[in-house]
Amino acid sequence: MELILDALIQLGEVTLVLVLAPLLTGYVRKVKARLLRRQGPPIVQPYRDLLRLIRKEVVLAHNASWVFRVAPYLVFATTWVAAALVPTFASGLVVSYAADMIAIVALLGSARFMLALAGLDVGTSFGGIGSSREMMIASLAEPAMLMVVFTLSLLAGSTQLSSIAAFMQGPDVGLRVSLALALIGLVMVAIAENARIPVDNPATHLELTMVHEAMILEYSGRHLALIEAASFLKLLLYLSVVACVFVPWGVAVSGQGFTAYLTGVAAYVLKLVAAGFLLAVFETAIAKMRVFRVPEFMGAALMLGFLAALLLFVSRVT
Amino acid sequence: MDRLALDVAHLFAGGLVLVSFMLLYQDRMFGLLNTFALHALVVSLSVAWQAYIQHAPHLYITAAIALVVKAFVIPVVLHRIIVRLGIHRTIEPVVGIGLTMLAGIGLVALSIMVMLPITAEAGTLAREDLAFALSVMLLGLLMMVSRHNAVSQVIGFMSIENGLILAATGAKGMPLVVEISVAFSILVALIVIGIFLFRIRERFDTVDIHTLDQYRGERP
Repeated sequence: MELILDALIQLGEVTLVLVLAPLLTGYVRKVKARLLRRQGPPIVQPYRDLLRLIRKEVVLAHNASWVFRVAPYLVFATTWVAAALVPTFASGLVVSYAADMIAIVALLGSARFMLALAGLDVGTSFGGIGSSREMMIASLAEPAMLMVVFTLSLLAGSTQLSSIAAFMQGPDVGLRVSLALALIGLVMVAIAENARIPVDNPATHLELTMVHEAMILEYSGRHLALIEAASFLKLLLYLSVVACVFVPWGVAVSGQGFTAYLTGVAAYVLKLVAAGFLLAVFETAIAKMRVFRVPEFMGAALMLGFLAALLLFVSRVT
Repeated sequence: MDRLALDVAHLFAGGLVLVSFMLLYQDRMFGLLNTFALHALVVSLSVAWQAYIQHAPHLYITAAIALVVKAFVIPVVLHRIIVRLGIHRTIEPVVGIGLTMLAGIGLVALSIMVMLPITAEAGTLAREDLAFALSVMLLGLLMMVSRHNAVSQVIGFMSIENGLILAATGAKGMPLVVEISVAFSILVALIVIGIFLFRIRERFDTVDIHTLDQYRGERP
């Protein structure tokens, strides 16, 4: 009985992330538009876009190989699985014990690899530029993310997101510099990975410095819908990781009653609203940086991760 | 309470190391000055916290000196010098920011490795402060060797002094006289350096200290 309940919760969580992801992106877009004193599209616009794209026919380039056709499904699947591993409103899920934070990083890494391959596949210059830049960013963003993961794991004594969240709720966290550094590093990685503004502009196809949009320029129809959905999921995933590790309050623990789960969902939605608002404000306040400044930005994130892990050794002396 | 005291001290000292890294990252003159003011502010906060937890009222004076002299007077004076030299718009070509950062990380690791074993008998607070202070000093030295601009070098020098203060307050019972004399020597150094900057500019039309190299005597 317990197991069935847990599986149900897990199922609910998996669907919840899928349902909420486009809403989050629409919300962030809406807030950004309002901050620029524009009306902006309605919050549900991403759903409409996805539905429209699914109904449209797929236009394939003549020289597109099977990689090009398979990549969207793999990208979407890996991102979805990774998003399902993050405890959003309830911790201690069935699947979350099968994979830890490092597995999430690996899943996202393979999604990125598939996308970069697909960008190269058709052989247009835009796709190639996009893929090479994506790899350049990834080569610094991934180590930075791993350093943050190591810092959190050293602190909590586990790489499981659920255990880390439980530890962060506990009494012996204290005020630590390492955590602040890890938070800043994680946010920087999240901004770079989701192609948000200082690194990449998510709102345009018309810029020579674009990264993510350049890779998927050749996609259309349901393939594009899947890739778009995967990128919505990725944004949700990163915000959920930040929320689950650094703002762990309100997460329901397995075995609690129905109301605990309800408050868990409410707290989760509140956290997402707050995080999305902050993201929109940040993006409006800052200008996009040159592509060649991005390695410095990511290097700073990597440095923060390193520093967080190093400082941990000093504070561990007690 | 004891735990909180330790955590806050740790926060300020670690924050100081972080601001040192921010100094290494800055390439604009005014950004550098503002970051330096932040550096001094963190030092004075850290010293004030030490004064509170060690019940040593004379450290409050140290904190006040750090706040007034280094967070206000020195940045303002350097600001005016930069404006008068006409270099406030120059962007300093920081070569290999990634490499500098990596070297900085290495230095922090080194100072932790050195300081933790040799201070095994000291209290936790002193050990932490000494390790962080050594890394702040080494980062200041790194800043001095990696920059060409004389003003950046001055800031590197001042940040070393901030590291010294951190080390001195971590060890209990530093006399006030020492701190006051250090503060005044820093002020005197600032005046000397200010005159020196103008002399370099008059002579070479730039504050890039590498032009000094050709006037050095013994060259291999």
